[in-house]
Order: sequence, then C-alpha cells, then structure tokens
Amino acid sequence: MLLAYRIPREPSRPRIAVWRKLEALGVARLGDGLVALPADARTREHLDWIADEVTDAGGTATIWVATPGSLTQERSLAAAMREARAAEYEQITAEAHAAASSDDTERRRVLRRLRAELRRIGRRDYFPPPQRRAAHTAVQALAEPQTSDLPAEQRA
Amino acid sequence: MSTWATRAGIHIDRAACAWLIRRAVDPYAMFVFVADPADVPDGATPFDMRGVDLGHHGDDCSFETILRRYEVTDPVLWKIAEIVHEADLDDERFDAPEAPGLDAVLRGLSMIADDEQILTITRPMFDGLYEYYRRGLLLDRTPA
Repeated sequence: MLLAYRIPREPSRPRIAVWRKLEALGVARLGDGLVALPADARTREHLDWIADEVTDAGGTATIWVATPGSLTQERSLAAAMREARAAEYEQITAEAHAAASSDDTERRRVLRRLRAELRRIGRRDYFPPPQRRAAHTAVQALAEPQTSDLPAEQRA
Repeated sequence: MSTWATRAGIHIDRAACAWLIRRAVDPYAMFVFVADPADVPDGATPFDMRGVDLGHHGDDCSFETILRRYEVTDPVLWKIAEIVHEADLDDERFDAPEAPGLDAVLRGLSMIADDEQILTITRPMFDGLYEYYRRGLLLDRTPA
C-alpha cells in the first residue's frame, strides 16, 4: 500500500504532524512524498485518514494498492523495515538492562515506560526481527522480584 | 427514519458511531455498509469515510466529530469518546487503559461476524459501558 503525497512546506505544523504520524506507523520511505506499508485493514485505514489530513492542509494525496516489480525489491523493503525495528528493540533491551540493578521504585518506573514503548514498537513491527524476543524478556525481567529486595533472612 | 452509510468491515470507531447515532441522533437509523465512498446511496448520510463531514478532523476520530456536529454534551458519551479515540488512533491523547482491550475485542469480532452482527453484538456492550461510566461519574469513583 502506497501513499503519495505533497504537502505545503508552510505552515509547518500540519506538515510535521503528518510526518510524525507516518513515523509512528513505521512506514518505509520510498522517495520524496512516497511512503509504503504492508496492506491490511488497519494500515489502510490509517493511511486513508492521513491522506485526508494532507488534503485538509492544502496538499494532495493518493492511496495506491501496489505490487513490487520483483521479489528481491519486496524483500529488501521488508528487510529495511525489520532492521529499523531491530534497532528500536536493541535500544529497549539496553535500557532495561541498565535499570536492572536500580532500586524497586526506579525499576517499576522504567518497566512502565518500556512496556508502553514496546507496545508502540509492536504496532509498527510488520516483520518481527529476532531482537523482539530479547527486548520483551529484558523488560519482563524488571517485573520479577529481585533477590536484593527480599529481607536479609530470605536471601539465598 | 433515515439511512446512514459507512465503510464495510467495521471496527471500533464505526461500531461506536452507529451505536451513538441510534442513541443520541436518530433512534430509527438504518445502516448500510459500502466498499467505496462512490457507493453511498442517494439520501444516505455517510460517516467515518474519507472526505465526508462525519469523519476524522484534526485529531478527532469520527465518534468525536459526531458528538461535536450534533452538539452532544453528555459527559458520559465524551468519556466513551476518549476510549474510542484511543482504541481507534492509539495516539496517547487520553489516558484510556480500556482502549487496547476494546480494540482486541472488536478486531476479534470482525473475524467471526459480519457488520450487521457486530452492530447487534456491540449494542448491549456499549449500553453497558455507558451505564458503567454513568455510575462512575455519579459516584465520582470507580463503580463496584
């Protein structure tokens, strides 16, 4: 599914709002004003509304259901999207590990933040990379009780 | 009694809008589901479709647009609007922990039921949510 759009440079507010929404959806950017997403009911609907938003802002937008010219092309597009998500998951894993030895309050705070972040990444993860599992495991580990939190007599 | 038209393959926003239309705008509303905006029958009011008045505007989802257009001020409906907004757009404008659950329920329903059936099933569900949040607002706390 492709969205081809042109939006006036000024005012910048609607242009930036559209850019942010496309980033949140995890689009592949194929060129200037041309983005792609795997086609499903949800992506279709989101792109439709963004197209309307572009039109409302004085721009032009069209939605296309497209087939890549070759399998290689399709694979490299999917690989690029997978790599973008992999980098996000690695960032989450690093943050979770960094918080692992913090006190209970801090761990809970980080846990809440990273869970929300994982949910956001999951929404735009169309070709899950292996790093997804590691990130979920690292975040879940923050929810498990730590030995150091137990009273001294219960420690192993 | 009038006819309202929306895109086929309904999800949370359209199911909630249909319920809202019957509840607050037109108790005898009839609904038709179309594949393309060009298929909306003459005389029918389209909603939650590209390029129509009762659609997304700015950061509002269609449910919020309908509340604004028909000047509905019921605070319970505006509370439900926050949940529908988050279930539909997931943009974290509101704190609505119910939203991901409602989103999953509607996505699951769309896999096993057609649009007419989804309206039939979700009607008492939204009626129940309405009662739940109405009591919550009256008590000013989470109802038991």
